Amino acid sequence: MQPFDLEPIWLTLKLAAVTTAALAAISVPFAWWLSRAPSRIRLPMHALVSMPLVLPPSVLGFYLLLAFSPAHGPGRFLLERFNISLAFTFPGLVIGSVLFSLPFMMNPLVAGFDSLPRSLSEASYVLGKSPWRTLFKVSLPNLKPALLSGVVLSFAHTMGEFGVVLMVGGKIPGVTRVASIAVFDEVESLRFASAHFYALVLFALSFAILIVLFAANKKLSKPF
Amino acid sequence: MIRLSLRKRLHSAAGEMELAADMEMAEGECVALHGPSGAGKTTLLRMLAGLAAPDSGRIEVAGVAWYDSGAGINLPPQKRRVGLVFQDYALFPNMTVRGNLEYALQDPRAKSRVDEILEMTHLTEMAGRRPDTLSGGQKQRVALARALVSEPRILLLDEPLSALDQGLRGILQEEIAELQKRFRIATILVSHDLGEIFRLSRRVLCLEDGKIRKQGAPSEVFGGSRMSNKIRFTGVVLEIKAVDVVRILTILVGNEVVRITSLPRDAEGIRVGDKVMIASKAFNPMVFKVEPEAGPGPRKPA
Repeated sequence: MQPFDLEPIWLTLKLAAVTTAALAAISVPFAWWLSRAPSRIRLPMHALVSMPLVLPPSVLGFYLLLAFSPAHGPGRFLLERFNISLAFTFPGLVIGSVLFSLPFMMNPLVAGFDSLPRSLSEASYVLGKSPWRTLFKVSLPNLKPALLSGVVLSFAHTMGEFGVVLMVGGKIPGVTRVASIAVFDEVESLRFASAHFYALVLFALSFAILIVLFAANKKLSKPF
Repeated sequence: MIRLSLRKRLHSAAGEMELAADMEMAEGECVALHGPSGAGKTTLLRMLAGLAAPDSGRIEVAGVAWYDSGAGINLPPQKRRVGLVFQDYALFPNMTVRGNLEYALQDPRAKSRVDEILEMTHLTEMAGRRPDTLSGGQKQRVALARALVSEPRILLLDEPLSALDQGLRGILQEEIAELQKRFRIATILVSHDLGEIFRLSRRVLCLEDGKIRKQGAPSEVFGGSRMSNKIRFTGVVLEIKAVDVVRILTILVGNEVVRITSLPRDAEGIRVGDKVMIASKAFNPMVFKVEPEAGPGPRKPA
């Protein structure tokens, strides 16, 4: 039996890790802001952030591809100014994944911020502490379960992405050919053994991640 | 000296009303704020703390303007140095008791201040515990201690003892009175409890529908029918029994059931369920001290 190419697996893990880190960095301040925004802003923003839950991935991928294309505004700007082209590259994949997994990070965090009594941050302000200090010392430490849910679900969801990745990244080996694409690719080429391999690895990883999440949540949801 | 004159439109359950409060306080004075719920008491405290914006007016503390709608001044809560004790205590669940107090330090090196205040508030033994393992009275103490650690210019207590039972209240009222005297911090106490107001404050403001309707010493403000040299209680008649030539009335006063013997002539016209007043002025009443019942107090720490 020939050894399977492990590169798609590593690429998948790398994409999931980078995407999750970027999502956490973006979503913590964004969710914090959104949880205290007036409802006329909050409502449409919540809908917008949740769009990837209902939108076909190909739709998002299609528009991203157009945006990345040198023929259109943003893509041309990046190419001309910074000589960067995002279509069919790893950074392009990360941007697509971040957008597509946004609700998986944002929704638990916004719900978490909502569940914190407002008096906690107010008490911190009255004690002379800045909003940032309050966020990192008071709000976030009390949101560990929400943060964990967000991180784990984003990671798992990015691993399972297919449509956006295919549209934005194609299937360039070692660059954009992640495990979920590899399954499709192998099946198309009638190489069922390696398709099985990638499929089983994805299955096992996703299962393990969810088990870890549920176990940790059970432990964390006990108060301190 | 603390001077404030504030206006704010409030949208309450009872409709729109204008909160209009003008008051002055001396350093170290403790003023009680009394009034029905929805009268604007908490909003007034929040405006002082910088957590709610008034529509117009001015707040001046020791010569410094915290808020001045005319001059466009509105200091954020961080710059005001207010010690606010929230109704729900707002202790940080992720920090120990000591952690909560240290967080409040203005100068992080002044750790000895934390020890001092832990000692004063009888919390030294529970310094390492998390808020969710504390009883209501202990949480209340931590909230007060945390506010004191931050070296506030004014202390705002929003019904600080409303969640505690009567026995514990008495103990904590004494503690608050002591701390207030010791730190000499101007204090505004929101309270529904007349006992608390008499114990802790020399002056009381009655806020109704957003306006200060009455102010003065507690004995003046709550004077008239409530204060006199005779004893009066109101209660509800539970039972009327005819025994020989008298009537025995069983009356519920507060949570106590009392029996009163009365003449048929006086009891005439009184029915079960009526609200009645029991008054006595013929005798010199005796007063006994009642030891507070439950709850860990300073003399018997938990």
